[in-house]
Amino acid sequence: MKKTLLLLAAATALAGIAAPAQAEGMDKVKACFVYVGPVGDFGWSYQHDQGRKYAEEKLGDKLETAYLESVPEGADSERAIERFARSGCNIIFTTSFGYMDPTNKVAKDFPDVKFEHATGYKTEHPNVSTYDSKFFQGRYVIGQIAAKMSETGMAGYIASFPIPEVVQGINSFMLGAQSINPDFKLKVVWVNTWFDPGKEADAAKALLDQGVDVLTQHTDSTAPMQVAAERGAHAFGQASDMIAFGPETQLTAIIDDWGPYYVERISAVLDGTWEQSRTWDGMAEGHVVMAPYTNMPDDVKAMAEETEAKITSGEFHPFTGPIMKQDGSEWLAEGAVAEDGELAGLNFYVKGIDDQLPQ
Amino acid sequence: MRIELKKRENMSSLFSILSPFIALGLTLIAGVILFVSLGKDPVSALYSFFIEPLTEVWSLHELAIKAAPLILIAVGLSVCYRSNNWNIGAEGQFIIGAMAGSILPVVFHGWESPLMLPLMMIFGMIGGALYAAIPAFLKARLNTNEILTSLMLVYIAQLLLDWTVRGPWRNPEGFNFPETRNFADNAVLPRIIETGKTHWGFGFALIAAIVLWFVMRRMLKGFEISVLGQSARAGRFAGFSDKKMVYFAFLVSGALAGLAGISEVSGAIGQLRPVISPGYGFTAIIVAFLGRLNPLGIVAAGLILALTYLGGEAAQISIGITDKVTRLFQGLLLFFVLGCDTLIHYRIRLVFGAAHKGSAA
Repeated sequence: MKKTLLLLAAATALAGIAAPAQAEGMDKVKACFVYVGPVGDFGWSYQHDQGRKYAEEKLGDKLETAYLESVPEGADSERAIERFARSGCNIIFTTSFGYMDPTNKVAKDFPDVKFEHATGYKTEHPNVSTYDSKFFQGRYVIGQIAAKMSETGMAGYIASFPIPEVVQGINSFMLGAQSINPDFKLKVVWVNTWFDPGKEADAAKALLDQGVDVLTQHTDSTAPMQVAAERGAHAFGQASDMIAFGPETQLTAIIDDWGPYYVERISAVLDGTWEQSRTWDGMAEGHVVMAPYTNMPDDVKAMAEETEAKITSGEFHPFTGPIMKQDGSEWLAEGAVAEDGELAGLNFYVKGIDDQLPQ
Repeated sequence: MRIELKKRENMSSLFSILSPFIALGLTLIAGVILFVSLGKDPVSALYSFFIEPLTEVWSLHELAIKAAPLILIAVGLSVCYRSNNWNIGAEGQFIIGAMAGSILPVVFHGWESPLMLPLMMIFGMIGGALYAAIPAFLKARLNTNEILTSLMLVYIAQLLLDWTVRGPWRNPEGFNFPETRNFADNAVLPRIIETGKTHWGFGFALIAAIVLWFVMRRMLKGFEISVLGQSARAGRFAGFSDKKMVYFAFLVSGALAGLAGISEVSGAIGQLRPVISPGYGFTAIIVAFLGRLNPLGIVAAGLILALTYLGGEAAQISIGITDKVTRLFQGLLLFFVLGCDTLIHYRIRLVFGAAHKGSAA
C-alpha cells in the first residue's frame, strides 16, 4: 500500500515536471464531446457530432475522440465532464448552454485540460473558452424567403426556450420578413424543450391549423419538417440540412458548421498555442452556412443569395436601425447597428410580433 | 385461450431471497447476448457497466451523489405505498422543496448566518410536505384519485420552477439566461468528508432509511401503516384512522422528497435552473419497488440503479455503445427483477376454452 502511494507520489511529481514540455505541443490529442441530445437528432447534437467526425477526418492519427450523448443538464453533466477530464481528454467540448457552470467547476480542478463551452458566457478559469455562432444572420435570410413564399402572409415559429439566442432568431426572422412585407404576421409557439419530436409535431400542427403556411423552428428534431411535408406547407431546416425529410418542403436550412472550429481548436492544442477565447462567428467565417435554396422561384432565390452575400461580406447587419421594440418605443435609431454585447442579452421582441415573450 | 396468474399457496422463501440474484444472473446472460450481437466484447462491456465505476474513489463519490436523491425519495414513497397511498408526484414535491429551500439563498442573497443551511433544509421539507398535502387533502376530503392528482401536480411544479427562474428569480447579472444566482458558500451543503465530493444529501438519505426502517419494524406506527395498507376496514376496527394515515404518508414522503430537492440543488447544482431533476421522482418509484418497500432494501436498490447510470456512461466511452443500449440494459434489469418476483409469487396457468359462467368479466 505504502509502496503504491510512493509510486503515485513519484508519478505525480513526474507529471508536474513534464507539464511545461507539453505546452510546446503534443503528438496526439484526445478530444471529448458532451452532447445534450442523441447524436441521431439530425439537428443540434448531430451537427456537433458531424463536426467531431470532420475533425477526425482532417487530423487523422493525431486525434482520438470520444463522446457522451443525451447528458442531462445539472449534476449529471458535471460527472460526465469530470469523467472525461479524468480519462485523459486533453480538450473537452461541452455543447449545451446548461453545461456552463459544471464546465467551469470541473475546469477549476483540471488546469491542464482545455475546456470549450458552447453558447455560454462564463470563462472563470484560464483553461475555459466559449464559442457560439451568429445563427440570427441566417434567420434574416429565411425571414425574407418566408415573406416572399407565404400566401397567407403568416409564418409559424416553433421556439424552444426564451433565452437571448432564440429571441435573436425570432427578431431577425421578423425583421427579414418585414423588409419584404411590412404587414407580415408571425405566430410563435414555445415548446420548452430542445428535442421532443412529439411536442414539436403538435406545435407544427397547431400552427398550420391557425393558417400559417411556412414553418421555422428553433428546436432540434425533424418532426416539424415532416408535418409540413404532409400538409403541403413550406419549412426551413434547423441546424442541419433536413432536405431528406422534406424534398419538396424545405426552402433552405441554417446549417451549423462546427467542423472548422473544432479543427482549429484541436490543432491549437496540438501545437501548444491554445489560448482562452470567446468566439462568436457567423457566415463570414463559415460557421453559419445556408443549405441550397430549393422549391422556390428563381427571383426569390436570387434575393436570398444577395442577402446572404451582403451579410457574409459585412455590408449588411440584420439588426440595423430603425428598429422599434414591440411596445413601439425606439430601440435602434436610423442606421445604428446593434452591438454584440447587447444582442447577447436580448430579451425583448421587435415590433409586429404577435406573441408575448415569456419572462 | 387466456393466461391467468394464480397466487402460489406455498411460496418458497428460499427463492424469494434468491430472486434478485437470479434476476441479476439473467440480466448478465441477456447482456452478453446483447453485446455480442452488437459486435462488442461482452466481458469488457459488463466490466465497464458493473465493475469500473467501483474501482475509483471519485467514481464511488459520484455513485453516492447520484443515489442520494433516489434513496431519499424512495424511502418516503415506501411509507406511502405500504399504506396504500399511491403518490406518483414525488418529482413535483422534489421541485417545490428545492424552490422553498432556495428562498433564503436566492431572495436573501448575502445573508450571512450559520442558520442559513439548517433553515434551507427545513424550508425544503416544509415545501415538499405542503405540496404533497394537496393530493392528500383531495383524497381524504373529496375522495379523488391520488394517482392522477399527484401526477398532474408534477407538471404544475415544473412549470412553476420554469417561470420562477425566468422571471422573478432570474440572476440579475446573468445576461437574461434562465437561472438564479449561484448560491453563496454558506448556502452550499458541505461534503461529508473533505477529500471527496459526496455531500450531506447522502447522509440524510442513510439517516432517513434507518429511522424509517426502525419505525416500520419496531413501532406501533409501522404496524398501523401496514394494517391500513392491507385493509382499511380492519384498520378501522383496530381504531386507526385511514384519513389521518393519508395525511401522514403524503406529508412524510413529501417532506423527504423536498429534502432531496434542496439537497440536490444546494449540494450538487449550486443554483436553481429550469430543470433540476432528470426524473428522480419517477425513477425513485422503481427504486422503492426494487427495494421491496423496505427502507434498507431501498438503499441497496438506489445504489444499484445509480451504478447502472454511471456504468452506462463508462460503457459509452470505453466501448463506444450508444446511450440507448444503456437504457435498454437498465430496462432488462428491471424486467427480470419484476419477472422473477412475479413468477415466484404467482403461477402461470393457461386456461383453454370459454371462461366459466359467472366469471365472464
